[in-house]
Amino acid sequence: MIEFQDVHKAFADNPVLQGLSLKIRDAETVVIIGYSGTGKSVALKHIVGLLHPDAGDVIVDGQAVATLDRDGLTLLRQGIGYVFQFAALFDSLTVAENLALGLRRRGLGEEEIEDRVREALALVDLSGTEGRMPAELSGGMRKRVGIARAIALRPRYILYDEPTTGLDPVTAAVIDRLMVRTREHLGVTGVVVTHDMRSAYAVGDRIAMLYEGRIRQVGTVTEIQETEDPVVRQFIEGRPE
Amino acid sequence: MIDVIGRRAIASVEAVGRVGHFLMDMVRALPDVRTWARPTIVQMRRIGVDSIPVTLFIAAFTGVVLALQASYTFTGAVPLYFVGTLVGKTMMLELGPVICGLALAGRVGASMAAELGTMKVTEQVDALETLAYDPHAYLVVPRVLAGTAIFPVIIAFAMATGIVTGWLTSLALLDLSTPDFLKGLKLFYRFKDVWFGLFKSATFGFTITCVGCIVGLATRGGAEGVGKSTTRAVVYSAVLILLLDAFWAVVLL
Repeated sequence: MIEFQDVHKAFADNPVLQGLSLKIRDAETVVIIGYSGTGKSVALKHIVGLLHPDAGDVIVDGQAVATLDRDGLTLLRQGIGYVFQFAALFDSLTVAENLALGLRRRGLGEEEIEDRVREALALVDLSGTEGRMPAELSGGMRKRVGIARAIALRPRYILYDEPTTGLDPVTAAVIDRLMVRTREHLGVTGVVVTHDMRSAYAVGDRIAMLYEGRIRQVGTVTEIQETEDPVVRQFIEGRPE
Repeated sequence: MIDVIGRRAIASVEAVGRVGHFLMDMVRALPDVRTWARPTIVQMRRIGVDSIPVTLFIAAFTGVVLALQASYTFTGAVPLYFVGTLVGKTMMLELGPVICGLALAGRVGASMAAELGTMKVTEQVDALETLAYDPHAYLVVPRVLAGTAIFPVIIAFAMATGIVTGWLTSLALLDLSTPDFLKGLKLFYRFKDVWFGLFKSATFGFTITCVGCIVGLATRGGAEGVGKSTTRAVVYSAVLILLLDAFWAVVLL
């Protein structure tokens, strides 16, 4: 389980998270929605210890992430897959090498690494791209390789940062289906950060809206769709006023 | 006025702190041999092989100019075989390490800052961390070790090239015979000339790669940030090379 407990985070004089509290239960997918710049990605980075809270705690499997030492953090990260907004593939490595890098770190043998790479690429419908460089891939393909890199680790948690942003509707739907398939096949707990409501409805078990640094409302897809909260309604309907 | 001085003082102390932090993180990453061993070989090949042409080109012309300028200066007053002495001593002690060091600050330091800066702004460094890698073990240690180890090798080639082109110039243009050139070359030669130059080169390699990594990993913003980091890495490295050059001359000579 992942739990944000009254998390505060500011950059210089700019407060981003101002008392964020949220529980993500095992095997569910929670989608965090909110306006651009409200700290959705910042929240995600706290889970893997890329950022530390100024106050409050982020608890993963009963451990406060900020209190973990280097080895503890390494151990925690071995159980988490992270899909970055722009995929963050390593430019100098092929697709297969990108996937193998994390597996090699976990001490797997070369044969098992090859199997896992092949299997993960098949799951994202990118079999045969092993030898290609990231620069040779389209935006959608890069995102799918990013997802494959996370899946190949067989993590307990997968964190998706804006997985469908900048993609055409069809490719976005492919990514959504992929996220659902990943949860169904691997039973992982997912946290998805997005402002794409169609994607949020498609993949989320629950949706949480981050507003002014804290959770404005959290509920099932139906609850969010039927909300009376004017701020949440305005956001999900995409009304300018 | 006091406000500006205070802010600059704080910024300087912070910069020193960042460098200290960086060095500590690098030392802490050293036991992780499994992570840095393979990338170090790749970096040695990249820094070494890619830097050889530019370094030899610079060293070759430095040797030619040194021989010609020495003969111009010595005319009538000093025996011509001292051209060999001047070319040898200068290439080994000073011009080999410093001129090639400055050229490599541009080539190696800039490319490291640009590469790591791009990795930073495109979240590749964060991605490494989420894959449970220590970026210092995977990115920094290989570059610094490779630079420190390979710079003396490159500079040794540069010294030899400069001396050879100085000798060829003496033969072709100065009417100096090979025995005379060698006589001058051996005249005040001490083994310290070589190891001083090579030791200095190793410290230049360490400095250039450290600066490239520190500046690259501190990059913020997009392409503009990468551009600024690249320029900064070259300027800082060049200044530090000249300071180190003076420092080692005071301490070791």
